[in-house]
Amino acid sequence: MTTWLLEAARAVPAGVAVGLPVVGPILAAALVMLVARTVVQRLVSVLTLVVVGVDALLLLVRVDADGPLAVQAGGWAAPWGITLVADRLAALFVLTSVVVLIGVLAYSVGQGLADGAAGQATARTRYVFHPVYLVLAGGVGFAFLTGDLFNLFVAFEVMLTASYVLITLQAGPAAVRSAMTYIVVSLLASALFVTAVGLVYAATGTVNFADLRGAVAELPDNVRLMLALLLLVVFGIKAALFPLYFWLPDSYPLAPAPVTAVFAALLTKVGVYAIIRSQTVVFPDDTGVTGPVLLVLAGATLLGGILGAIAQNELKRLLSFSIVSSIGFAIMGLGFFTPAGVAGAVFYVVHSIVIMAALFCVEGLVERRTGTSALDRISGLAHTSPVLGGLFALPALSLAGFPPFSGFVGKVALIEAGTAAGEWAVVAAAIVVSLLTVYAMALVWGSAFWGRQSATLPDTDVEDAVVVGVRTLPRLMTWSTAALVGVSLLLPVLGGPLFALSLRAADDLLSAQPYVTAVLGG
Amino acid sequence: MTLASEVALAPTGGSVVMALVIGVLFASGTFLLLQRSLTRVLIGLTLLTHGANLLLLVAGGRAGEAPFVGPDGEVPEGVVDPLPQAFALTAIVISFAVSALLLALAYRSYVLTRDDAVQDDVEDRRIASLEEAP
Repeated sequence: MTTWLLEAARAVPAGVAVGLPVVGPILAAALVMLVARTVVQRLVSVLTLVVVGVDALLLLVRVDADGPLAVQAGGWAAPWGITLVADRLAALFVLTSVVVLIGVLAYSVGQGLADGAAGQATARTRYVFHPVYLVLAGGVGFAFLTGDLFNLFVAFEVMLTASYVLITLQAGPAAVRSAMTYIVVSLLASALFVTAVGLVYAATGTVNFADLRGAVAELPDNVRLMLALLLLVVFGIKAALFPLYFWLPDSYPLAPAPVTAVFAALLTKVGVYAIIRSQTVVFPDDTGVTGPVLLVLAGATLLGGILGAIAQNELKRLLSFSIVSSIGFAIMGLGFFTPAGVAGAVFYVVHSIVIMAALFCVEGLVERRTGTSALDRISGLAHTSPVLGGLFALPALSLAGFPPFSGFVGKVALIEAGTAAGEWAVVAAAIVVSLLTVYAMALVWGSAFWGRQSATLPDTDVEDAVVVGVRTLPRLMTWSTAALVGVSLLLPVLGGPLFALSLRAADDLLSAQPYVTAVLGG
Repeated sequence: MTLASEVALAPTGGSVVMALVIGVLFASGTFLLLQRSLTRVLIGLTLLTHGANLLLLVAGGRAGEAPFVGPDGEVPEGVVDPLPQAFALTAIVISFAVSALLLALAYRSYVLTRDDAVQDDVEDRRIASLEEAP
């Protein structure tokens, strides 16, 4: 089977294969902006994302067989022009993101958010969702595929600007307040990012990742370390790393469920990707300092996230805190700087993208069914809606790391890498956090799904696009959530090949030789 | 600045005035960012972004010289590296767009709450009150 897939993948011109995840969604966004008709928008959005998904799959097969693929935009040679590079890591993350983006898009269509089916206030924002969502998809693809630091900044901005619009889609007082926190923190991180780019360029005269690897090696140790740590702070804010995660649980819960789902799945993971890419490919000589720093941060992120989650009464906030905790796991794997550790981190990010999207979609269903996400006002859901119970239980068990789900595979890989590296403190933290995650999920289950059936509460804001407190679940919402849960169940089935792929991706990152050769040539 | 002394900052070196201007912009931006009033936060962010953009320009070389580059990417005498200027231009466009969005949002916040100050989070206050309750 793989041979004909590989043949097909090689038949696609390199420029199209690597460029499509970036250019495709953005061109489609322009198209659906012009043609503001519900049917056309739905069709174009879904079709674009499916085409990008197929392209990402072919790209992954191709770079796995042939090594990294670099494209110089406009024919400008590598250190000066805009370079797009697909290696195993980038292609794998693009593919996972596109799968989640398709699922959440179907969910939003089902919810009526995308088409503004309900409410008076949505008339203005009716045709906004699809173009903005596609721009977000393009930005995420660009962030994964870009080969230089400055275009990583541009990609972040494309993605974040789209997210600012999505988070303020329902501009009620609470949403505006939470969006303000989110936007101001993001902008501060962006200003720091520009500063970091300026300093990197001043010190080395290049921003190209492959070129930087050689250039930073010639810098004095303290300057190089300063640059590495500055970039870690910038990406740490984006990835919601301790102690810079305070903005996340404050802002995510107030957006509509599908918007939170796509944010939770993708935005922080792009930050994690940037940390992995910059610390392995660009600053390999600083791992003596950044390794321990990352491990301490990872331990604190793990504990801070899960302890915050346990204190919450709102399901959405509880899940937002558990995003923070899952970031801790990924960073912990990176902190070991061993092939096994980085592979564990890569696998865990893939797992976390799918699981977080699924859980937030389920949260949206719970809210729609009961009219609230406050856990003390919901009970007996497992009895009134067994489907919802099943849809929550599977990803929740996976998040908590029960075998045979993907969370278990990821955590075992990370803990094994940790014991092999002899980092017992962070391994202990990871095990404690896994147990506390079980406790947090049990709290949700015991409070919302068991017990006497609670009454359905009325919609508090009938004007906005999100209809809650109705007893029925739209079929498309349920099916798209089920599809995301299904993808998360597929991960452990594909566990062997997927982990082998993660290991190869980790080897690529740690040696970086194929990456540098692909970008700069022989 | 240790960076300037240890590394050749740019082909022609940086200027003290620019460094001072950037420092002042960063300092005042940071100060304003820490205020409770949304308008001040906004102006603070703008100043901070200006500082960052100037820093990009300085990374290219002495101000006032022409941005040209040879066909192989080498920078001849008397001109500055054009790449940071392209970066700065892109960054300015982005910050312009986002500032416009932020202004609209600040206005929306004012319309909704009739107050320029950043509001407390209701849920945060509830969780904090749990500690004081017993």
